[in-house]
Amino acid sequence: MTKFKVSQHILVPKHIKLSEKDKKELLEEYHISLKELPKINKKDPAIQQLDIKKGDVIKIIRKSPSAGEAVFYRVVV
Amino acid sequence: MKVFDEYKEKLPLKIVEEVREATKGMTSDKIKKVFEKVYNEYISSLIDAGESVGLIAAESLGERSTQMTLNTFHFAGVAEMQVTLGLPRIIEVLDGRRTLATPTMEIYLKSPYNKGKDIQKIALSIKETVLDDIADEYSINIVDSTIEITLNKERMKELSLTPSAVLRAITKSSKSYSPKLKDERVILKVKGKEETLNEIYKVKENIKKIHISGIKGIKQVLPVRRKDEFIIITAGSNLKEVFKLNEVDCTRTITNDIFEIESLLGIEAARQAIIDEVSKVLESQGLDVDLRHILLIADTMCVTGNIKGITRYGVVSEKASVLARASFETPIRHIINAALIGERDDLNSVIENVMLNQPIPVGTGLPGLVTTFK
Repeated sequence: MTKFKVSQHILVPKHIKLSEKDKKELLEEYHISLKELPKINKKDPAIQQLDIKKGDVIKIIRKSPSAGEAVFYRVVV
Repeated sequence: MKVFDEYKEKLPLKIVEEVREATKGMTSDKIKKVFEKVYNEYISSLIDAGESVGLIAAESLGERSTQMTLNTFHFAGVAEMQVTLGLPRIIEVLDGRRTLATPTMEIYLKSPYNKGKDIQKIALSIKETVLDDIADEYSINIVDSTIEITLNKERMKELSLTPSAVLRAITKSSKSYSPKLKDERVILKVKGKEETLNEIYKVKENIKKIHISGIKGIKQVLPVRRKDEFIIITAGSNLKEVFKLNEVDCTRTITNDIFEIESLLGIEAARQAIIDEVSKVLESQGLDVDLRHILLIADTMCVTGNIKGITRYGVVSEKASVLARASFETPIRHIINAALIGERDDLNSVIENVMLNQPIPVGTGLPGLVTTFK
């Protein structure tokens, strides 16, 4: 059987790892520190194929019925 | 076009697309004017800073749920499958309960399996079969201390099982019995220190539960036609094992067990599942709650990376303030614990300031005066 990819499931939105530069810009734009961001577990199945470490920020592009696309950020803990 | 790119940054994607549809064939000057109007309208309809959105969400959902029928049961098709709906289901989802009253899955199949051919066979192969399902009769031979199991041939044919496959399953399940096959009957020799009748009787009760075939936890299967394909609805849920099957379309198969989705597909998928489950219940009751309230609740439950129910063990225990936690449930325990570890309360939120008769940081209470010293 071909290995099933978590990212292909209809419930799973797109997860993208932010670069260090983008991460800094994001925190500056919203005037927040890392620990104020929503969190995501390091072991979360949806981010396993990304090369991640603690403190990385994941950009999540959700499909939203009211806005079309909604962007959300989570920090890896 | 340039205007579209400019407003893509400022407006949600859906609104930009809608304007694009509506302004087809207009000059770019006119489109720009339309965008300006739309943008002003969008800005004025945004929620104000300091608005207590959580309270509004709680009211919107709470008032609606008083209108719900307390116990509704839903029957899908002719073969009845019970699914918790209505208020009990909403409470179950929002409390973050780990054991559900009625776990179910919706299994989608890959083409060509979803065309309906052999659907019954696929469904039955998913259903969990224990020895008791295919056994006709058990008899205990006291002299040899053996148990004889007569198998039901018709049932086995339906499930396409052979007696030797059953034998293998029994052998695999435990080392303490050594089963043998003798003209369509399985003979079990009980090995043990004491071969008393009582002991053998206990073994007989235990072997009834031996797993023979199918997926553990799936108690009932029901093939249903949905639009132009066939899907299988199940009672009992085991997403992990179902994903391993070849016929299953893993991209669409879902369960109503949110914790299972979290462990298999991640927190974002779980958030989406909470939203889907709650809006499904509200829709089935004909209630109209704005989706954004449900989004807020789902986001709150998933903010820590794990699912937290709206209970004193869940989201309330995550609050920074001692007084806020104490004001919800079991106040004395919270205050004693806080005193023991010397917790500090910065009075940053609403409820603790209400207790102390101070302005609350909501609405006009939010902004503070800032002066510059010279």
